[in-house]
Amino acid sequence: MLPADGRATPNQTKPPLKKSPTLFKTRSLSYLAESLVLPARPLPIPVKGSRLGCRYMSDNWMIEVANLTKRYAGHTAVSNISFSVARGEIVGLLGPNGAGKSTTMRILACAQPGTSGTVRVAGLDVFLESREVRRRIGYMPENNPLHPEMRVLEYLKFRAQLKGLGRARTRDRLDVVTEQCGLKEVGRRIIGQLSKGYRQRVGLADALLHEPELIILDEPTIGLDPRQIRSVRQLIKSLATRHTVLLSTHILPEAEMTCSRMLIMYEGKILAADTPENLQRLMSGNGQVVAEIAAPAAELQECCAQIPEIEQFELSPVEGEYVRCAVTPREGVDLRPQLFALARERGWYLRELTRSRHSLEDIYVQVTGPEEEEEG
Amino acid sequence: MRAYWALTRRELAGFFLSITGYVIIAATAFLLGLSFVILLVNLQQEPTSMPVTEIFYMTQFFWLILLLAVPVITMRLFALEKYSGTFETLMTTPVSEVQVVTAKFTAALVFYMIIWLPLLGCLLIVRHYSNQTSTLDPGAVGSTFLGILLLGSLFIALGCFASSLTRSQGTAAMISLAFTSSLFLLSFLARRRGNSDWKSQTLAYLGLPDQMHDFVRGVVDTRPVVLYLSLTFLFLFLTLRVVESRRWK
Repeated sequence: MLPADGRATPNQTKPPLKKSPTLFKTRSLSYLAESLVLPARPLPIPVKGSRLGCRYMSDNWMIEVANLTKRYAGHTAVSNISFSVARGEIVGLLGPNGAGKSTTMRILACAQPGTSGTVRVAGLDVFLESREVRRRIGYMPENNPLHPEMRVLEYLKFRAQLKGLGRARTRDRLDVVTEQCGLKEVGRRIIGQLSKGYRQRVGLADALLHEPELIILDEPTIGLDPRQIRSVRQLIKSLATRHTVLLSTHILPEAEMTCSRMLIMYEGKILAADTPENLQRLMSGNGQVVAEIAAPAAELQECCAQIPEIEQFELSPVEGEYVRCAVTPREGVDLRPQLFALARERGWYLRELTRSRHSLEDIYVQVTGPEEEEEG
Repeated sequence: MRAYWALTRRELAGFFLSITGYVIIAATAFLLGLSFVILLVNLQQEPTSMPVTEIFYMTQFFWLILLLAVPVITMRLFALEKYSGTFETLMTTPVSEVQVVTAKFTAALVFYMIIWLPLLGCLLIVRHYSNQTSTLDPGAVGSTFLGILLLGSLFIALGCFASSLTRSQGTAAMISLAFTSSLFLLSFLARRRGNSDWKSQTLAYLGLPDQMHDFVRGVVDTRPVVLYLSLTFLFLFLTLRVVESRRWK
């Protein structure tokens, strides 16, 4: 595979093929090919700690993904995505199953290489400087695989050794993470016998163990009960000051509550990337309001038709004399005060008045709508 | 280095924390016990000049144990971790592939030597009851165990390679059984062909049963030692390449 940018012209003088001592290191043939067609000029002196001396000094960005594509035989999991994450951010990757969230995270965590494109973590290339990158990340995969036959503390200690923590540091960090993740009382229990919630916390504790700069969590709250979800969410939020967190989820409220920015993925592409508030505003531009009013339907219909800001409304009777009234305003007007005023004026009882927020489903439908129409 | 020891300890603990490890130990102990019985019967029948270790080897249980136990020991090494997904968490820590492969190989080899310990017990019993200290020549016992170690490391390296190829433990066991038994059966082919041409002579170098026979007699020939060690390194290297290949583009 030669680079497509025309560097491989035949009249260029190629440097002689040297017997490379790194031939048996992790390096693909395509990479070798690329290095052989570099123009003949003195090679830069490699900087210590980075191969080829091509380290980018990008201090502000924790993750830089440029034109990343991952193709499996037959289908493309991630197609040409680019995004960056600043230090200290909590970023949520949202998307339905098969959107390419896990693949992106696995590439970031050096679990598998991308087909093309560059991915940098803390300025280091995940492909060329994988080991340095792995030192800087804590990764919890999708279904949080653990060794079920080990005890919690035993497992965490084993992981600390793998991550190269010294004895004293291991002890300190074990104390801290078991406290943080609420594992103090189950330290001696066998992982296989723990509940799903506790197992998830063990995975989380493992990801935090070596105080990584970047924490990658693939569906951290899946399968947890609401109370556990809340505590995990709290924990993730508390990490934001010192760590960068990238998490994936398909639950919108969760992302809203924890993330400072969201990336919505669908079919291997990033469709939208913004703060949760902006996305909400973007998506719920029509700001539908739902009210339940105890009123004669005909009269209510008349009233609704008279209010000029209402673009469209729909009445449906609910139990008793209450009528459910779903109104869509023009141009993002908030209709709640008007509906309340109407009810007060007529002396009707008003038992519910909400501005409907769009669920993730709606957002998918909106964001992915045009494409599906094209397909259809 | 710390990561290497941690991995080795965990792998070894994995054998003892699962039922598989105990099943292998029990099955091997049973087969060794049977061969011990046969050995005692042989000793009672007629006086012999063969070393005890050689009589043990002649019972043929040796190959049964080697061929059956090794695939079961090695099948879990990579396949189980790949299946359960812990391989991904392992490879996303800053450990090198070399550490992973060597640690798994070491753990399997140590466990393999542990299952052979009952043999030492049997031999000591023979010596104790024969009232002759010369019955058990330490040299012959040493070379027997050297042979067991070297042949075992070759088979385990083969098993590691097989296990790294797949996610299924069953498949891994079958592949390594196919590898090891064909290697074992090559020697019979060599024996059938006689010593006529260069092909048969080359095949004869792979005659594992004959080489092992030398070991149990107390003869340590450097040729099989070099052969076993180099094949072990070859298959460990291949395993390493397979493990590394997940990072290739």
